[in-house]
Amino acid sequence: MIVLNLEEVVKAYEKHLAVDSVSFEVPEGSIFGLLGPNGAGKTTLIRIITTIIRADSGRIFFKGDLLNHKHPSRIGYMPEERGLYKKMKVGDHLIYLARLKGLSKSQAKESIDYWLEKFEITDWWSKKVNELSKGMQQKIQFISTVVHEPELLILDEPFSGLDPINTNLIKSEIRKLQEKGTSIIFSTHRMEQVEEICEHIVLINKGQNVLEGRVSDIKNTYKQNIFQLEFDGRIPESVETDLSIIEKAPNRIRIQLEEGQDSNVLLNQFLNEGVKILSFNEIFPSLNEIFIRQVES
Amino acid sequence: MNKLLLIIRREYLTRVTRRSFILATLLTPLAFAVFFIVVGFIFSYESDDEMVVAVIDEGGILAEKRQMKDEKRLFFKQVPYSLDSARVAVKRKEFVGILQIPPLQDVMDRNQTIYYYAEEQLPLDIQFQIQEKVSRLIRDYKIEQLAFDKERLEALETRVVLEPEPLEEDGEDASQLTGAISAAIGGIMGFTMYLTIFIYGMMIMRSVMEEKTNRIVEVMISSVKPFQLMLGKIIGVGGVGLTQVAVWAILIPLISFLVNLFFGFNSSIPELDADARIDPEDMEMLMALAYTEIANINWWVILPLFIFYFLGGYFLYSSLFAAVGSAMGDDLGEGQSLTIPITIPVILAVYIMMKAIQAPNSSLAVFSSIFPLFAPIVMPARLAFNPPLWEILLSVLVVGLTSVFFVWLSGRIYRVGILMYGKKVTFKELFKWMLSRG
Repeated sequence: MIVLNLEEVVKAYEKHLAVDSVSFEVPEGSIFGLLGPNGAGKTTLIRIITTIIRADSGRIFFKGDLLNHKHPSRIGYMPEERGLYKKMKVGDHLIYLARLKGLSKSQAKESIDYWLEKFEITDWWSKKVNELSKGMQQKIQFISTVVHEPELLILDEPFSGLDPINTNLIKSEIRKLQEKGTSIIFSTHRMEQVEEICEHIVLINKGQNVLEGRVSDIKNTYKQNIFQLEFDGRIPESVETDLSIIEKAPNRIRIQLEEGQDSNVLLNQFLNEGVKILSFNEIFPSLNEIFIRQVES
Repeated sequence: MNKLLLIIRREYLTRVTRRSFILATLLTPLAFAVFFIVVGFIFSYESDDEMVVAVIDEGGILAEKRQMKDEKRLFFKQVPYSLDSARVAVKRKEFVGILQIPPLQDVMDRNQTIYYYAEEQLPLDIQFQIQEKVSRLIRDYKIEQLAFDKERLEALETRVVLEPEPLEEDGEDASQLTGAISAAIGGIMGFTMYLTIFIYGMMIMRSVMEEKTNRIVEVMISSVKPFQLMLGKIIGVGGVGLTQVAVWAILIPLISFLVNLFFGFNSSIPELDADARIDPEDMEMLMALAYTEIANINWWVILPLFIFYFLGGYFLYSSLFAAVGSAMGDDLGEGQSLTIPITIPVILAVYIMMKAIQAPNSSLAVFSSIFPLFAPIVMPARLAFNPPLWEILLSVLVVGLTSVFFVWLSGRIYRVGILMYGKKVTFKELFKWMLSRG
């Protein structure tokens, strides 16, 4: 199943094309990475998906239906530029935002109680927002995004400004939500986070879709046949001369094989030479490397 | 519950329950009361010291029937001494000063100088009082000297009252007070409009800016339409304004009534010109007339119309303030120039309104009642003067349509403005935003 389907979405501003005919699909129940450097058009895309702004052309489907004004209540969106009403009490604030998403007062209260208990912050209910620290406010912000049990959760740089402990807390909640069937779009320019969390990604650069797919597939596509061998002792020079070694350390070498060359043959060669092998594995490029390569090309 | 209602409710409740709002709402009438009490004290202030003034009448102007009348704390005592011995008496503190009335050179003289000798200057009001008293005495003295009949002379003075009457016999009759009372009511309505537009318009602008700088706005508009958010805010804050005005409309008269009851000031300035004094019977009649006039005013027409202009003017201007607030960045000073085009028409309208209550049917007044930016302030001020029906209908239509149009227009600026950060906005851009697609 596809939760969200974009077809040739275009959005132009006065002087530049913010989104240039972008198409991609977000599989249901996946954690989907929307990647791109700053100013690539990620936020514009998200605003289009959340119906905050309208695309100039192109079509968007939410679970098969053309995106309409009823869908935002099924979407939870945590913008990068986020904030809360400083003088409101936490409980009132969460109820307010939940009710704007269409929950009744009792439903809202039930759900908020569940989340406050989960984060062990039930005593925050009658605190004012500006009495909370930045990190505490982020937790409230996260709760406000998920309180109406959205089918699609869109998080724009969710970890910015969070300390490692809270980052892990939110990360594990994101995973739990995914296990329950929530589809999640995770927008960021921090690649290490993507690698950790996302199964699918789309890479946007200058408003265009430059790369899309499963993280493992992409890594397969962009691998460069580099293998790493860790060993004990030495490797005979006769073996070394035949290989294109791209990196060499006392007990570790990286070798790039040519197209069609079998890694098993290479491994056999070492075994035959009596090299004591500790490990042998293929090196996949990090998303960061692929990202930089794509953006720079 | 409808999302718009939720927004209105929040905007209303967060403000009305704020301590600063409750204090301002309750304390403003009290501040008025304190102001009136202070003003009352100032005007009714009289020095505690009793003053006795020695009067030396050198020309025999005073007579048994013509005496300097004593006032509450000011007494006059005619003394037979010379000026020098009177000086000694002043030094002995028997008198505060000496009033010397020299003889009249000629009965036909129209100028006379009298002298006051003392260590301390006379207060200005007492100086005027003494001049007035002596002037009347001299008048009576002259009447006697010239052998005129006093009663006949007084018959020369005639008080004229102009009574406006309708041209047709069955037309509505207006009394001498209609104009004044209509002007007063018009002025009060016009100023109420002006204050409301400014205070609550600014409140909306600040609130929009806050939402933008707080970065709550994008969270909000992922749930509701920007237009709903703006409209909800305008209506909610408008409710706050109505609440405040209603509380004041009840408390201010109540408190002034209580103040009058307990302190009972005669806050009128001590009359200087005795001829201007209206005798109490006339005063009572005038008051009765004023009450009938106020009762005669067509409140069933004026009040609903006033509420209409109140709402129309409020929506018209506050939506503009919301649009400007959305275009402003974190820097209040930088955006201040954007508010000028809104504040200038409001201020102009107030000046026109003040002219319009003097000449309610002048072409300036008529034009301004139809021009949408002025009408909400000028037209309510003219209502008590019974303007022609077609003017009212046209004005209502124009204000109604314009306020709806401005709310819509501001909504278009607002939805773009709230998502713009770190950019100095010009009018040209605001104009482009109006025309841009979603």
